[in-house]
Amino acid sequence: MLRNAWIIPVIPALSFFLILLFGKRLPRKGSELGLAAVGAAFVLALVTQVQWFQHVNDAEHESEPTEEHAAQVVTVSGVSDGEISAPETPEQQGEESEEHASIEPVTREWTWFEFGETEAEVGTLIDGPAVMMLIVVTLVSLLVHVYSTDYVAGDRRYTHFFAFLSLFTASMLGLVMSRSTLQLMVCWELVGVCSFVLIGHWWEEKANSDAALKAFITNRVGDVGMIVGVIVLFFAAGQSFDILDINTQALSGDISHTALLVASCALIAAVMSKSGQFILHTWLPDAMAGPTPVSALIHAATMVVAGIYMVSRLYGVFWEGLSIGVSSINLLALVGGVTVLGGAGLAFVQNDIKRVLAYSTVSQLGYMVMALGIGAWTAALFHLFTHAFFKACLFLGSGSVSHAVHSFDMREMGGLRKWMPHTYRTFLIATAALIGIFPFAGFWSKDEILAGASQLGGAGNYRVFTVVGIIGAFMTAAYMTRCVYLTFFGEFRGHGHPHESGPRIVVPLWILAVLGVVAGLVNLPSALAPDSVELRFEHYYEPVGAYFPSIVPEFAHPEFSWGIAIVSTLIGLIGIGIGIGWYTGRIALRGISERNALARAGYTTLVNKYYFDHLYTDVIAAGTKGPVARGVNWFNQNVIDGVVNGAGRLATASGRWVYTHVDQQVVDGAVNGSAAAAQTGGQVFRQLTSGKVQQYGALLFGAAALFAGAFIVLI
Amino acid sequence: MDDLMLNQFLLLAAILFSIGVYGVIARKNTVMVLMSIELILNAVNINLLTFGAANRDVAGAVFALFVIAVAAAEVGVGLAMVLIIYRNRQSVDLDEVDSMRG
Amino acid sequence: MVAQNIFFYVIAAGMVGAAVAVVTTRNVVRAALYLIAVFAGVAAQFILLAAEFVAVTQVLIYIGAIMVLMLFGIMLTRARIGRDVDMTNDHWWVGVGTALLLAAVMAYSLIDRWGDDALPVDRQVNSVGGSNTATVSDSIFSQYLIPFEIVSVLLLAALVGAIVIARKDR
Repeated sequence: MLRNAWIIPVIPALSFFLILLFGKRLPRKGSELGLAAVGAAFVLALVTQVQWFQHVNDAEHESEPTEEHAAQVVTVSGVSDGEISAPETPEQQGEESEEHASIEPVTREWTWFEFGETEAEVGTLIDGPAVMMLIVVTLVSLLVHVYSTDYVAGDRRYTHFFAFLSLFTASMLGLVMSRSTLQLMVCWELVGVCSFVLIGHWWEEKANSDAALKAFITNRVGDVGMIVGVIVLFFAAGQSFDILDINTQALSGDISHTALLVASCALIAAVMSKSGQFILHTWLPDAMAGPTPVSALIHAATMVVAGIYMVSRLYGVFWEGLSIGVSSINLLALVGGVTVLGGAGLAFVQNDIKRVLAYSTVSQLGYMVMALGIGAWTAALFHLFTHAFFKACLFLGSGSVSHAVHSFDMREMGGLRKWMPHTYRTFLIATAALIGIFPFAGFWSKDEILAGASQLGGAGNYRVFTVVGIIGAFMTAAYMTRCVYLTFFGEFRGHGHPHESGPRIVVPLWILAVLGVVAGLVNLPSALAPDSVELRFEHYYEPVGAYFPSIVPEFAHPEFSWGIAIVSTLIGLIGIGIGIGWYTGRIALRGISERNALARAGYTTLVNKYYFDHLYTDVIAAGTKGPVARGVNWFNQNVIDGVVNGAGRLATASGRWVYTHVDQQVVDGAVNGSAAAAQTGGQVFRQLTSGKVQQYGALLFGAAALFAGAFIVLI
Repeated sequence: MDDLMLNQFLLLAAILFSIGVYGVIARKNTVMVLMSIELILNAVNINLLTFGAANRDVAGAVFALFVIAVAAAEVGVGLAMVLIIYRNRQSVDLDEVDSMRG
Repeated sequence: MVAQNIFFYVIAAGMVGAAVAVVTTRNVVRAALYLIAVFAGVAAQFILLAAEFVAVTQVLIYIGAIMVLMLFGIMLTRARIGRDVDMTNDHWWVGVGTALLLAAVMAYSLIDRWGDDALPVDRQVNSVGGSNTATVSDSIFSQYLIPFEIVSVLLLAALVGAIVIARKDR
């Protein structure tokens, strides 16, 4: 299965065409095809998973059968080390990387096309991160498919919806197992197209089609970066699209640092647009115009992490290009850090429950980018893994709520916990996981990122980002408390009688909620767990080989740190406390934005989303449109008219001068003639701007001929 | 007069080009202007192929093919625009299309 | 070789005549038909230049597709099928001047530069299989692959653009 993994994306791709062609004639309008395809893909992904585990185990047994015992001793000593003194990470890492020798990724490739000497290949690249993503994508997609059969039931484009869910799943699966950067880019665009189609699913409403366009166009901005990055890497790596090859060359120093820096900066632009990082995040909240299952699948769990995944795939490039191992601040971490805080801030002022979750997604994606930026590769992917489950659960929960109250506005909710016990419980669990309460999934992954920020990097570490992360955790706790409180507690403020959703909605919710609890246990830190279960995620999913920075001595794993764990949990609890206090009125902060000018200014800024949309539409778009038009107009008014009028006036003036100073009786006729000629000249010039294309054409060709003639004569 | 001369092809192309330019400037009907543009493009193709043959290089033929493809695209979009102009003004007379007047 | 020359001059004369007719006739449909004659002549010249593939493409695309498009355009814009009183605009003399100037400049420089240069007798670029067509296809799909792909994208974009522009329900 590892070698035949290409079957996995091909199944949903086939199902896309089948649904489009035959979907409408089937008894369930094509949803059964989509479900079957994604189900099959999920089963195959599980098989791949199991085989990958065996592959990793085999690789270890084959390479170092005798050192198995020694390795265990090392890790045991690592436990005590971790408890007593965390800073000893580098040496310990050295020992650890000996523990699992190079694990060869399973690849397979076909020639796509050749031009000149260069071959572009498509193929599959199965290694740790790819296997992990296969599971996440197929599982979430399967649950979303089940959920959608109820949620969009009776929709007028039901078949179409399932067709594009299939296509999306196929392209995302293709993306995660991309062999070459070119293939990665093609799949990257494909998921963008699916996102566009699905955001605009209800395109009859202007707002929805606008949101779809906004998402698409914003993504185009980043895609320019993607193209530039891929091309730079192509030439820098000696005309190669091969991801493994590029990474290996980057890490071995065959590619110049400048080229890597340029490529990483260009690729960061792509990450900013696809993964909703500041300052290109503005499309993501608007993308919530799409159906909720789509938001859960695409705009929370899978597509938006494509940027994160791309960075993790080309990590050798970023590692060297941004000097991640030895610096204490870099562009990637900075973008992530700003996004963590910016996204969390915006989540406070939203009234639409999906928008709260959308900004929360922006903020959490910021954590992942930040983790990659500080060199905590495993932590980033681990957070991606856990986040996919609990954020999908939150989104599907919000969909379930809106199903009941027919609105996404939290002001029309409240008190729903009485009517919707299942939704309430799963939402609460997922919220706890997002905030990072022990022992839910988010606790483990967020903690690893924070620990990484305090321990990795060059002199002084990435301490700034530890602080950023902790503040972000606090904000997350507070806004999620607000969201849960407004939705499920207090009095019901909406209309009608809310009711719990059906089993096809509740069951996926529970599955995701359970995963939101246990997903964190796959990477228990060595300080807290017995050897057999510790750091399984890192063990199986982190690539080991020449194409991954784990060969570089600076590459390290953060140790579990009690201090950070306790601080972040406490901060989270304080955030919850303040949130509850605020909304139950025990803390007299309510109405502060009406009373305090500073708070009001902050509130307005947040409501206006830091004025980014204004910046894009009013300042940049209008700014380039207006001055250009004005400049042309000015040129028209002043220069051309000036020349024309000036010529006329000059002629008239000279005519008058001649008239008064030269004997008027003699040259009277001549003077009149010249004035008339000047006037005619003015008229001729005026006619030049007649707006008639053919005159412009005549001028163009005439001028070209004249210049060419002059050229011939002069030479 | 035994061999084919380079110049006879080039001069033919030049004459076709000039006729096309005249058509672009002088014709009133927009469709006719598009036809004149086709004349110009064909003149260019003759040039490309002539030099290709003179240098025994296949690049001339390749680029002539590209020009043909671009011409097809140009006619498609151009005619669509003519249709829109006609629909809005009930006329394809270029003299009446002067919304770019300065 | 003389046969080739006779062939060339007969066709060239026909082409120039037809081209002049295209830009002077007062009947739009007739202009389109004259244009077909020009295109056919161009295809014949391509064969003289040993570019059979381009010649065939010329016939297929220009005469087969583009002219049909043109005729559709004429039909849809309901131009008068018969003679039109006034087909050239008032500034036609500008056109004559520009065209003559261009022709003079080009003719002078061409004669000045290429004088009596002859085309090589063997105009086959037979690196593969002895035919120009094979060579052309080889070089399109290796050396010129990227431009080729870009042209395909351009065609697609033009297609979509034409549909969007000409759509009625807006």
